Amino acid sequence: MMVFVVNQGFLENINIIDANSVRMSSFGSKQILRYKPGENPFKDRVNELSGENVDLCFQCGACSSGCPMTQEMDYLPSKIIRMIQLGLEEALESSTIWTCMTCFNCEVRCPRGIDIANVMEALRQIVLRKKYNRVNLDDLSPEELRELPQIAIISNQRKLTA
Amino acid sequence: MTRYTYYPGCTLKTTARNFELSTIASVEKMGIELVEPDRWNCCGTVHALATDDVMHQLAPIRNMIRVEELLQSGKVDNKQMVTLCAMCYNTLKRANQVFNSDSDRKKKIHDIMYREEIKYSGNVEILHLLEILKEYGWDNIKKYVKKPLQGLKVAPYYGCLLLRPRGIGIDNTDNPSILEDLIKALGAEAVDFSHKQKCCGSYHTVQMKEVVADLSYNILKQAEDAGANMVVTACPLCEYNLGPRQVQIKKQYPNFSSIPVVYFSQLMALAFGLDEKATVFEDNKPDPVPILIELGLIEE
Repeated sequence: MMVFVVNQGFLENINIIDANSVRMSSFGSKQILRYKPGENPFKDRVNELSGENVDLCFQCGACSSGCPMTQEMDYLPSKIIRMIQLGLEEALESSTIWTCMTCFNCEVRCPRGIDIANVMEALRQIVLRKKYNRVNLDDLSPEELRELPQIAIISNQRKLTA
Repeated sequence: MTRYTYYPGCTLKTTARNFELSTIASVEKMGIELVEPDRWNCCGTVHALATDDVMHQLAPIRNMIRVEELLQSGKVDNKQMVTLCAMCYNTLKRANQVFNSDSDRKKKIHDIMYREEIKYSGNVEILHLLEILKEYGWDNIKKYVKKPLQGLKVAPYYGCLLLRPRGIGIDNTDNPSILEDLIKALGAEAVDFSHKQKCCGSYHTVQMKEVVADLSYNILKQAEDAGANMVVTACPLCEYNLGPRQVQIKKQYPNFSSIPVVYFSQLMALAFGLDEKATVFEDNKPDPVPILIELGLIEE
């Protein structure tokens, strides 16, 4: 049994609980996670979908420092990667994955060769494939539909709907 | 005349009409003919990054079959497909790369598209027009400049998909020079500024226009502070976020004055001495004409 003690600055005031059955923590109840070595289905799924290996990340933060959208994110991109390494499925609930617009700034900066944009896409896909669409064309006014370039509407729909 | 297959994409036919018209007119002067396939379809934007996604590679690959059709019927001279929109460029090129590097997906794509008469070979080369211009040679382009754009200080804005990811971008990811070289060839001054590769906010302009206005403001402010009186771009989405979105920027930053944003091809048309049917500045917001009149580059 391995115990992953999460950095206190990352998840504040975590209560360590001793129960083999608990594998994933939830932010609300502030529990610590523990799981057996080699058992991290969430990370495996993300790696599979993205074609990346998130374990390569050593938290240098280059992706976060270059990201143009961090002011709109609840967790920095590098923290999302750490969450995946730890198997924290809460990464799927973060605003970060929807804020990322795949500009690939992180991809060209990562010294470990991880394409973080691919990882973000994998997280989005996990949610979208359960048919949780983020946007709806009907929400746009006729004026907006007339004025916006198609490329904006199409890429928006492609990225944020299943 | 060298004939290239030209892939326009949706936006070039509507809000970015000025990009298309100015390009076709300018490159025609240089002896380049852009041949549009009869049956092109959506490029499939944005590139599907998930490793198991086959479906979203079909649209781009289908466009490449159109190139092979044109080549077989002798309507174009080579297997290169020229794009103008940075998003089309990125999506098509990446789909081509996936097709050629992933034999499993290649087979699936072939199986799904069994009704296409041509089985795509993977040989089509996707190019952005700027790459064609670079190959053509900046000194050769200079020969067509009738009216050097003296006094114009242009900030080259690349954005994201023209340069990234690595291996797809048209120029050095960290230190691009292709737009600068073109600007200089046209007789204008290229202004170096810090935000030329920063993302403009892309498709978030639909739901998060305040955020996009923030990002665009930073880009335009940097360009202005560096001394630019015009911003040039190669992407219809960047053009929208930097140009027409200035209305929103002014709401958030009342002190912001405006700076015109044009496509590189419009500057080419202007420098080549073409008329307003080729430059199509009336589609740009804010209007670039006043500054051009001020500099004596167009007559009132």
